[in-house]
Amino acid sequence: MAPVDKSKVPWWVSNLIVPLVNLTLALLVSGLFIFIAGENPYEAVRLIIYGSFGYIEGFAYTLYYTTNFVFTGLAFAVAFHCRLFNIGGEGQAYIGGLGVFLVAINFSFLPVPIVWLLSIAGAVVFGAAWAFIPAYLQATRGSHVVITTIMFNFIAASLMVFLLVDVIRDTSQMGPHTVALPKEQWFPSFKDFASLFGIKIRYSPLNISFLLAIAASVFVWFLVWKTRWGYEMRAVGHNTQAAIYAGISPYKNIIIAMCISGGLAGLLGVNEILGVHHKIVAGFPAGYGFTGIAVALMGRNHPIGIFPAAFLFGILYQGGSEVTFDMPNITRYMFVAVQGVIILFSGALENLFRPQIESFFVNRLNIKASA
Amino acid sequence: MEFLSDIASLINSTLRISTPLVFAAMAGIFAERSGVIDFSLEGKMLMAAFVAAVGSYFLGNPWLGLLLAIIACVSLSMLHGFASVTYKGDQVVSCVAINILIIGLTTALAAAWFGQAGLTPTLNSDQRFLEVNLPFAESLRDVPIIGTIYSDILSGHYIFVYLAYLSVPLVFWVVFKTSFGLRLRAVGENPSAVDTAGINVFAMRYKALAINGVLIAFAGAHLSTAVNANFFREMSAGRGYLALAAMIFGKWHPKTALVACLLFGFTDALQIRLQGVELPAIGEIPVQLIQAIPYVLTVVLLAGFVGKAIAPNAIGQPYIKER
Repeated sequence: MAPVDKSKVPWWVSNLIVPLVNLTLALLVSGLFIFIAGENPYEAVRLIIYGSFGYIEGFAYTLYYTTNFVFTGLAFAVAFHCRLFNIGGEGQAYIGGLGVFLVAINFSFLPVPIVWLLSIAGAVVFGAAWAFIPAYLQATRGSHVVITTIMFNFIAASLMVFLLVDVIRDTSQMGPHTVALPKEQWFPSFKDFASLFGIKIRYSPLNISFLLAIAASVFVWFLVWKTRWGYEMRAVGHNTQAAIYAGISPYKNIIIAMCISGGLAGLLGVNEILGVHHKIVAGFPAGYGFTGIAVALMGRNHPIGIFPAAFLFGILYQGGSEVTFDMPNITRYMFVAVQGVIILFSGALENLFRPQIESFFVNRLNIKASA
Repeated sequence: MEFLSDIASLINSTLRISTPLVFAAMAGIFAERSGVIDFSLEGKMLMAAFVAAVGSYFLGNPWLGLLLAIIACVSLSMLHGFASVTYKGDQVVSCVAINILIIGLTTALAAAWFGQAGLTPTLNSDQRFLEVNLPFAESLRDVPIIGTIYSDILSGHYIFVYLAYLSVPLVFWVVFKTSFGLRLRAVGENPSAVDTAGINVFAMRYKALAINGVLIAFAGAHLSTAVNANFFREMSAGRGYLALAAMIFGKWHPKTALVACLLFGFTDALQIRLQGVELPAIGEIPVQLIQAIPYVLTVVLLAGFVGKAIAPNAIGQPYIKER
């Protein structure tokens, strides 16, 4: 298959049709897994749709998961533009949550909106600090950021369990978690919002962090595509040698990219601590950091793609919990496997059918043009 | 004598704990020397552990479990090759995909087939590998020094422990003393020169990945059918990444990689011994912090305090023939 001229391929073919074909393949393979596990894939799809859209609490859960995936997806994407594989989102989010909690509890004498802003800053700073060390080691010593960020996930998990057991545990309770933050500091939730319109909801984890996720997406788009620094960073990622000749420092850009990435991952802590748990509970990042990799690759590392990809994974998570509820043979790990398949098809194997699809559309358009 | 037997048991556990790391590091050497990054050692090790445990449970023979694990790991290696050699996808993305896929799939299938906890059934003594007692181990036990070394340190390990250490000179010989090894290293350093010499770059990389799959299967089988008698969720616990770090630290060379693996194994053995022990001046270190020691050590070693590691020249780059 001769490669087609890239400039002749319409944008909607490479950015819409090809990802959708890859996603369809991934979902077909996932259906096969559900079949192997002894359940009916059609029934699973029906449950996923019902669980994520069928009732208002379910849909709110879908948007709550979307919030988390936007943060971790953007985190992975920013580093990826500098050709850095930050798979440490999990640990950075964990430490980011520590930042949120420490700021909120220590500045509780300040007015609530200021505490919120400071807590968000705390999340960013703590998450960025946890990404800084792997970034520094990559930039100066060449230690591969994949291994160091994975190690930092393990270290963060150990450190946080140590802190939650021995240092900041709520000693009046048995479990490894801290005391709850004062109630006025809790983010307004969707439940509060709905009650303004007279809609009664029992519980919803969805909260105003969703707006923060939208703001973060705009911020990333502006930063990466509209600033000088974003240009430098993409230049380093695209061709380090050429960037050096152009006077761009890879050292500086690696560190900044990783710190922003870590800061974005830290924002997950805002959603989880201020919005949902109102305290640090052991293991609250719960794999959202890893899911961010799939979200970013599916969204082609652009906020406009990441938002729908995060929504799709929100559907998969919320609908997935409906499935695990109704199908005894399916656990939430099945949906971890689905993520792996999606990363495989929309990341590593993205060239599988791209040449065929692109040349198919280019030829059709040519025929139309000459007719 | 108390001290001496402490040391002996520490060395004994170092040899045992290092075993999966040694297999994984040797597997990594084949892939990376041929120019293919392999972060998926972790996922493949987990896959092998799952398949070996399930296979020997149903077939009643740990060797058949091992055989199935080899088939599974070679298939995963071929998938990695298909994505990153043939379709020139990003090698790291392919590895991350395999790792996440396997973490999910193994636990999901274990839960679907054997119940919600995600454990496979405990294997009985016919279904798992047992310790191998070397000849005369009992009668030599009382001989000073030699007895300790032979009977307490070298004897009584699982077969995988011996195979792992035997694999190191074998890998050295294949990679550095055979024409296959010369081609392998050349493909990783300068694929276009190798291509000019009439050697198929893609075929070489697939062969290297196949050997990689066989070796990593032993590591997984060791975890689930020898030291443990079942598979449990995420039981590889980062060993694939540790082994990769050991391999990089060992500069993609079997002998130095072995030393690094033993160092990791020793740290891990030591951290298990240190749990709950009162240390002079420091007191008892909390167990969560002790458990983090091997991971911290990995970061420290990778930071290259012992000299910068130079990777094979063409690593991570898909080979594209001139058009």
